Formats: sequence, structure tokens, C-alpha cells
Amino acid sequence: MIYFKYIKMIIRSMLQYRLSLWLNLVSQFFVSFFSFLGVYLLFERFGSIDGWSFAEVALCFGIAQTAFASTECYARGFDRFSGLIVSGDFDRVLLRPRGSVLQVLGSAFELSRIGRLVESFVVLGIAISLLDTSWTAAKIITLVMMILSGMSIFTGVFILGATICFWTVEGLEFINIFTDGGREIASYPLTIYNKHLMRFFTFIIPFGCFNYLPLMYLTGRASGSEALYMLSPTLGFLFLIPCLWVWRVGVRHYLSTGN
Amino acid sequence: MRAYISIFRMRLIAGMQYRAAAWAGVATQFFWGFMYIMIYEAFYRTGAEREFQWHQLISYIWLQQAFLSIIVLWFQDNDLQNSIANGHVAYELCRPYDLYSFWYARLMGLRLSRAALRCLPILLIAALLPAQYRMSPPAGFAAGGLFVFSLVWSLLLVIAISMFIYILTFITLSPASARLIVGVAADFLQGAIIPVPLMPHGLQTALNFLPFRYVSDLPFRLYSGSITGHDALLQVAMQIIWAVGLFILGHIAMDRVLRRAVIQGG
Repeated sequence: MIYFKYIKMIIRSMLQYRLSLWLNLVSQFFVSFFSFLGVYLLFERFGSIDGWSFAEVALCFGIAQTAFASTECYARGFDRFSGLIVSGDFDRVLLRPRGSVLQVLGSAFELSRIGRLVESFVVLGIAISLLDTSWTAAKIITLVMMILSGMSIFTGVFILGATICFWTVEGLEFINIFTDGGREIASYPLTIYNKHLMRFFTFIIPFGCFNYLPLMYLTGRASGSEALYMLSPTLGFLFLIPCLWVWRVGVRHYLSTGN
Repeated sequence: MRAYISIFRMRLIAGMQYRAAAWAGVATQFFWGFMYIMIYEAFYRTGAEREFQWHQLISYIWLQQAFLSIIVLWFQDNDLQNSIANGHVAYELCRPYDLYSFWYARLMGLRLSRAALRCLPILLIAALLPAQYRMSPPAGFAAGGLFVFSLVWSLLLVIAISMFIYILTFITLSPASARLIVGVAADFLQGAIIPVPLMPHGLQTALNFLPFRYVSDLPFRLYSGSITGHDALLQVAMQIIWAVGLFILGHIAMDRVLRRAVIQGG
């Protein structure tokens, strides 16, 4: 498939600068490590947060960080999409006989985020070993689905952020509220926040689908039909549909800035 | 001296042009501040916290967001770093001034212009919020005065630390790695990830021996009266010693590095 050819090329060119790649990997690892250390120290001090234990929050944190780090790896093209618009390079994308989404995805791959990903796996490992839940097949599937669901929601947010560039040309700083800010918010169970914020991040941008709803099932808090909680991550995939639709509207609206 | 003052003014004026970006920045910073406050609110609901009071935490967070461009180490002048990596720095070296002081002044203008545009709207909104989230006035006249005095030294100190990134870039020739070596732990060590007073006591003591917490933790706690009296004066003195010491050390290091600098590119 052509996408993998794109990615292979990008990875090869990155491997030419090995030292720089290693340093970036290490730095990404530590950036994420220090933010987890912060969470740990707060639990040292306060014991728990709104009835959630350290292990439970660590699981939530690990899932959000894993989903975000992997999305940043492959959806980097959307994250820095304004560059393509400013330079006029998006014209070339439109001329080629392939879909624009595929080409923008293939325009960048951020290998250094693997450092962050490794750290997130470590956190997930810590969380799983601390929790005294019995890991049945259903629970493991739910966990994997949560990560995938998170990835598709973050991808949707990146696409929305990129779509705005069709109108504004420059990327907007406030998108970072939903990308980096979204990662931070989803690192804690949404139930700790203000009701309005929780509703916004459940019904408008459905972070709740990979956050507290399935988390309640994993930690044995689900009341009533467990299957509903288990299935909630799948709703996250639906979020991609409106995002891709908005993207198409944006592409149709596009006026070139190039010369 | 005039050259240094003019580069400072040039950067200041250039930075002031980006007003629309500043408004977007204000909105973003405001959101981040609010998010942190909500997380801490949940923690404070759960466990009793006696040492670091809620109103002190609130001002800590709002001050952090308002003066972000003064205190964070990751905010640097990319043009300067790239000029070292691609060889354009050669032009700067031809000019008859002291490179360290010149860049120091330039970074000061950059940070100050950004902070000037952003701090007032954030502080204003933070002062008008509902009581639970409202930023309270300084703990007293002395605390307010000491806060302003210490914040000036924060700016001087953070630039003195930053200069080591540029000095290291001459050696590594890779801007990213130089930034990593100096800055990766800085966020944590200066209390930008979680406030220093919420850390375990052993760690707090250890942080007193590093320059980072004097950049942001000290002035913000002076403001809310979390550090007072004899202790306050002692720590401000430490802050000044670090700022002056690192300035002198950086100056020497820069001279050393320039003596054997290899200019890149053609």
C-alpha cells in the first residue's frame, strides 16, 4: 500500500540522523515521565482523588497517554497541516490521484513519540500490576478497545484542527486546548471535573467513551448492564465520521495561497 | 551599553506586534489554568491539606499562567539557535560587541514583550472569577513588593540559565539536544508540573540547592505569603546569587566556546 511506502521513506530519512533521533526519543520519554511523577506525588500527598485510587488513575493516565502518543506518531501531518497550506504544497496533494486524507497522513510520521509511547506502556504495566482486578478476556478486549477508541477520537480532533486552517491559513494556538489539553483532561477520570466540562467531553468530543465509562466497568463500578459500559469505546470510532465530513467541506472550500 | 538597550527595545517592539496571537494565547492559557485548578479542586476535596492553602494554590496557578513566557525554559529564540547550527552566527561575531550580553538583552526583550501582552488580561479575568477560583490580592504590602522585586530577578535568572542552551548549541550543533540537556527536567524542578510546596519535604529541600525553583516557585509563594519573614529574604538573596553567578559563569563559558567555535555552512 502506498501509505506504507510514504512511512518507510520518512523513517529512513530520520534514521540518517541517529543521534538526534535518540535524543528526541529520550526527551519525549522524560517529558512524559515527569508528568506521571507529578501525578504520583500528588497521590502521595492526598491519598486518592474523588474515590479513585492511584492505580485506577494510573490506568486512565496510561490509556490516554498511549492513545495520544500513537496518534501523534501517525497523525502528525494533520497536527502541522498549516505548513502545507502556507507553503502552497497542498495544491500538489490535490493534483495527485489519491485521497487527501491518505496523503496528509503520509506526509509526516513522528518517530520520536515512540519515547512517549514506551513510557505510557510502563505506566500501563504499573497500573495493571497494582490493580487487583482479575483480567478476564472481556476486560482485556475492553482495554484494547479503549486505546483504539482514544486514538480515533484524538485523530478526529487533529483533523478538525487541520480543517480550520482552510479558513485561517495559520494554525490556531487554541486547538492545543483540545489536543494537548484533551490528553491532560483524559488522564484523569472525567468524573472529577465540573459537570459542564464533563458533559462537553462526553457528548461533544466523546473522551468519555474511552475514559470513565469503560473505566467504570474495568474497576468494577459499573451498575446495571455491564455490556453497555464495555461497548462504549466503539462509539468513539463514530466520532471520525463527522470529522471526515467537515474535512471534505474544508477541502472544497480551499483557496490556494501558493504561487 | 546602547547597543544592548537597542536590541532589547527592538525585540520588545517586534514582539508587541503579535496582538492577535496574544489573545489566542490568553484564551489557551486561561483554559489550562482552569483545568489544573479543577484537578486540584478534586484532590483538595479528598484529602486535607494544611500547609499549602487553597487560595495560595489558586494564585500560584494563575501567576504561573500569566507569567508563563517569563518563567518557562522551553520558550526560546529558535532563530538564534538555528543561526548557530547553520553558520549565520558568523555575522554576529564580526560585530564589535559582547555576544553574551547582546543575546542576553535580546532574550529579555523577547520574553518581556510576550509577558506584557498576556499577563494583564489573565490577571484581570482571574481577579473577577467566582470566589472559589478567584485570585486573591498579595498577602500584604511587603509580600507584593517582594514579589515584584523577585519576579524581576526571575527574568534575569531564567535568561542566565537559558544562555547555557545557546552555549551548548555551539558544542552539540543540534538545537534540540542542547535544549534537552538543559531543559527536560526544568519544568518539574521549578514546580511547573506540580507546585513545589505539594512535593514531599525531602524533595523540597533538595530543590533549594538547584537554581530552577527560584525562577517561579519563589516569587509566586512570596505573593501569597507561603514564604515569609526571614526565610523570604534569605531565599531572594539566594535567587540573586544564582542569577549573578550564572551570568558570570555563562559569560566565561561563552568566551571559552567562542574561542574554538567552528562556523558551519558556506
